[in-house]
Amino acid sequence: MSTHSYKKFEDTDAGLLPDKMTVFQDCIRAFNSSPVDAKKCRTLIARLLRLLYSGDTFPRQEATTLFFSISKLFQHKNSSLRQIVYLAIKELSSISDDVLMVTSSIMKDVQNGDIVYKPNAIRTLTRVLDGSTVNAAERLIKNAIVDRHPSVASAALVSSYHLLPVAKDVVKRWTNETQEAVLAVKPYPQTGEGYINDSLISQYHALGLLYSLRNHDKMALRKLIQQYSKGLRNPLAICQLIRYVNEVLQDDSSLIPALFPLLQDWLNDRNHAVNLEAIKVVVSLPVTNEQFAAAVLRLQFLLTTPKAVTRFAAVRILNRISLKNPEKIVSCNTELESLISDPNRSIATYTITTLLKTGSSDNIERLIKVISKFINDISDEFKIIIIDAVKTLSLKFPQNYQSMLTFLIDMLNDEGGFEFKNTIVEALFDLIHFVPESRDLALENLCEFIEDCEFTELTVRILNMLGNEGPKTANPSLYVRHIYNRVVLENSIIRSAAVVALSKFALIDAPLNNSIKILLKRIVNDVDDEVRDRAIISLKFLESLESAEISKNVAVELTKPTHVYDLGLLESKLQTYISGDASSFATPFDITSVPKFTEDEYRAIELKNKTAKLEVETKEDIDTSGQSGSANESLQTAELAKQQILQELSQVSEFSGYGAVLHTSSVIPLTEKEAEFVVESVKHVFKEHIVLQFNVENTLDDALLEMVSVTAQPDIEEVEEEFVLSVEKLEPHGKGTVYVSFTRPEEPSVFTTTFSNTLSFTSKECDPSTFAPFDDQGFEDEYQIEDLDITPGDFIIPSYIGNFDLAFDELTSETVGTYQMDSESLQSTVDHLIETLSLHPVEGKDVFNETSHTLKLFGKSINGDRVAVLVKMVKSAKTGITLKATVKSDSEEIAESVLNGIA
Amino acid sequence: MGNVFSGIFGKLWGVNKEIRILILGLDGAGKTTILYRLQIGEVINTKPTIGFNVETLSYKNLKLNVWDLGGQTSIRPYWRCYYANTAAVIFVVDSTDKDRIDTASKELHTMLAEEELSDAALLVFANKQDVAGALTAAEVSKALNLSDLKDRSWSIVASSAIKGEGLTEGLDWLIDVIKDEQL
Repeated sequence: MSTHSYKKFEDTDAGLLPDKMTVFQDCIRAFNSSPVDAKKCRTLIARLLRLLYSGDTFPRQEATTLFFSISKLFQHKNSSLRQIVYLAIKELSSISDDVLMVTSSIMKDVQNGDIVYKPNAIRTLTRVLDGSTVNAAERLIKNAIVDRHPSVASAALVSSYHLLPVAKDVVKRWTNETQEAVLAVKPYPQTGEGYINDSLISQYHALGLLYSLRNHDKMALRKLIQQYSKGLRNPLAICQLIRYVNEVLQDDSSLIPALFPLLQDWLNDRNHAVNLEAIKVVVSLPVTNEQFAAAVLRLQFLLTTPKAVTRFAAVRILNRISLKNPEKIVSCNTELESLISDPNRSIATYTITTLLKTGSSDNIERLIKVISKFINDISDEFKIIIIDAVKTLSLKFPQNYQSMLTFLIDMLNDEGGFEFKNTIVEALFDLIHFVPESRDLALENLCEFIEDCEFTELTVRILNMLGNEGPKTANPSLYVRHIYNRVVLENSIIRSAAVVALSKFALIDAPLNNSIKILLKRIVNDVDDEVRDRAIISLKFLESLESAEISKNVAVELTKPTHVYDLGLLESKLQTYISGDASSFATPFDITSVPKFTEDEYRAIELKNKTAKLEVETKEDIDTSGQSGSANESLQTAELAKQQILQELSQVSEFSGYGAVLHTSSVIPLTEKEAEFVVESVKHVFKEHIVLQFNVENTLDDALLEMVSVTAQPDIEEVEEEFVLSVEKLEPHGKGTVYVSFTRPEEPSVFTTTFSNTLSFTSKECDPSTFAPFDDQGFEDEYQIEDLDITPGDFIIPSYIGNFDLAFDELTSETVGTYQMDSESLQSTVDHLIETLSLHPVEGKDVFNETSHTLKLFGKSINGDRVAVLVKMVKSAKTGITLKATVKSDSEEIAESVLNGIA
Repeated sequence: MGNVFSGIFGKLWGVNKEIRILILGLDGAGKTTILYRLQIGEVINTKPTIGFNVETLSYKNLKLNVWDLGGQTSIRPYWRCYYANTAAVIFVVDSTDKDRIDTASKELHTMLAEEELSDAALLVFANKQDVAGALTAAEVSKALNLSDLKDRSWSIVASSAIKGEGLTEGLDWLIDVIKDEQL
């Protein structure tokens, strides 16, 4: 065996893929020869396709050569050859030039070719057409769409779909043919060669195309649903239609009563996929309890079907429901419990996590016991899913932390890989952060764990955690012993981490300080220089602590920072900084432009991110528009947008004397998105001023706006308008910002008012391309936009608090009020309260029980006064939603105005 | 059995060998019409050819592989991709289009200068003779400078694809030349 072939033998890919150059040469030779050997050419094209399908590609020039030589095979009439020629051209069309050369030949086949390759010809045709040649093919495709053969019709419909980006207006011309095809029943002609299933897939393709032609028009979409809700027979087409229904309903939930009968029909359809799709839509909408129950009933049935995939899908939907409304699916518990032992492990795991979530605080202990029994039988991956479920549970029911903590610690001491252990440690960290009661017990057990932990990364993380949290506990010296053990026994990476953790304990009190200094002095003799360095630096810090008060603050700030930078923002700012040219480096990077968070704020954000992530995951599944992106990202972009707004604000010289912005609201739309002039508003609160920012967008094609201004009229006298910064000129599709500045009264520091706003401007007709006005006169016009409310929330910053009850008791000023709300559900009331009061929901904002709920909110006013709100709400059929709010605060004024803000 | 014999005779008489013929010319000269007039004997409705049409036709026991390449300016550059192994070129001229006959001449001579076509015979159809005011074959020949051609068998035939006149005469001449020179 030569070295060459030996090497090939070793290569795992050898023998799998043909050599690219050989294939190329063979193809060129065979395709150009005369007469053409059809069989040989087919084999060669098959090899070529194999290369292309496995991701290999050719340089443009070679691909073009191949393309032209393949085009010569059109001289041969063999149907099988022709079919594979089409496949090859389809692949090559994207990587070679001048593909239009085969247009005529393909069109001839589409017109009167053999049915064997006709669909292939149609699909290939769309790849070679461009804007200039598409008209020539119009008749052909129209005819193909209404062809009696389902394969031809499908090919034409799918091809039209691909033509949309090339020539949408041409495709629009065959809307009628497409409509016809949606309901057309096209069976395969009987060939006598075996059984072909009449899937009627062309219905699905036609529906998809029709939707793409109309999706910008809401009315047309509704009509489409009405028109096709009955006649469709292909299950995929029905599923697609259900998704359109979902789109319409997500947009406008007032249509639910009108469209629900359709969904009900689909819930009872014979096809399980249709059932599942309908269920997904129903459970994602604000439907009535009976409607929801109908969906759950069907789910319950699907759980018992023999098809594993249906069971899996059903359990998955249940799992998603269980994240938000576990009480609604309690009826499925019997079926679920029997699925724990399902032979399909994926189903079993989903079942368990679902059961964990449907558990109320009463039966959680029992469930945890059940899991503990069988968790040892399953693999790490499934264990991780379960740990995650337990983690979510522990954040949801902080009062049950005891049993979950015990469970997690038991798991931690079991055998398992890194991923698995890491998940548990994550879960424990979350518990420590968000359930302060669990801290001591969890930390002690983590100490035990690192005594015998084989994963360096984990030990380091735990040591860091001990350093941060240990000093706050009642008995810090306990942790010192554990940490110092690591210094004695472990590798250098862990030793360095331990040194840093140790030094953090030195700040607590004098006796401990001394002992730690003794320990650090011993470590100075360590063999590893990193460990030594860290020990020396720590010692230096500790010594400087005694010498001067100022340096003490610096040292404390360094070892125990009270603020964290917004890392995402810091990264993006740094990136912009280093991407600039040399001149931008003249000024050093300004770290103060990155917002800092205190520890409490940071936790509030973290918890928000965590819960938001969960919600996004739930939503993604039913989202038809394919909108992706994690919650973190969207939160970050929101944060970035806010920074952008503040940046722009800081550049307005008129506001430079106003001092720092104390609070900036989110962006509030004041018009419909489809309006001629779209106006959004942001409220900025300064120490002595309030600035309203109006972002105005001119959506017209042919109107030039000049002197764009907003008149904002407050309904109380204390607030006085100072000046308006108007926009001089707003071109078609241009955006501009109008600022209106008001005085902010000293008393009351927190107030509510409503601004009624009018947009005024001089409008001139202009040329849509050059924006040059046709005449100089123009006419003045006004445009009424919605009112803008100043709410107590504009003076409050949401903030996290670990122990709400304690803080609530501490606060002195108290006001109590009872209100009737006319909102539809408790959840919407909760969302509304959080939004208007701008407070942080301490125990999450999800409503688990449809009839009563207790909401705990916390925040700080811009003056630094704490605000805690306890809202108890009850929903009854007779009286609607009644809520009793107890607002407590450091300042009586704030407490009162927050209470006023609720109504 | 019949297949065996035809196979043997075919080899003897060179029947099985495919003869590759290109039909070229400016757009609208009537190339596609000529191709299908020859193949199915009918005048069909044509659209401007984007790319090419290829048909196999049997003519006097010979198998002709006839390629009709589109004549639009955008497609002319690709003619050369199909020159290889060509036995003959049929160049079609619209005899009524006096404005563009110089362009046609230029395209013809550029094409004939290609190495791959050095052995190919040339048949020119002075087409559209049915239209009043069309140039005669001699006039077309002069406009195309056919007399300048060296080392090549060529002929010009007045034709009307619509009426079917001249086509068989031209093709007969072409087949004779190919049989003499290349088989």
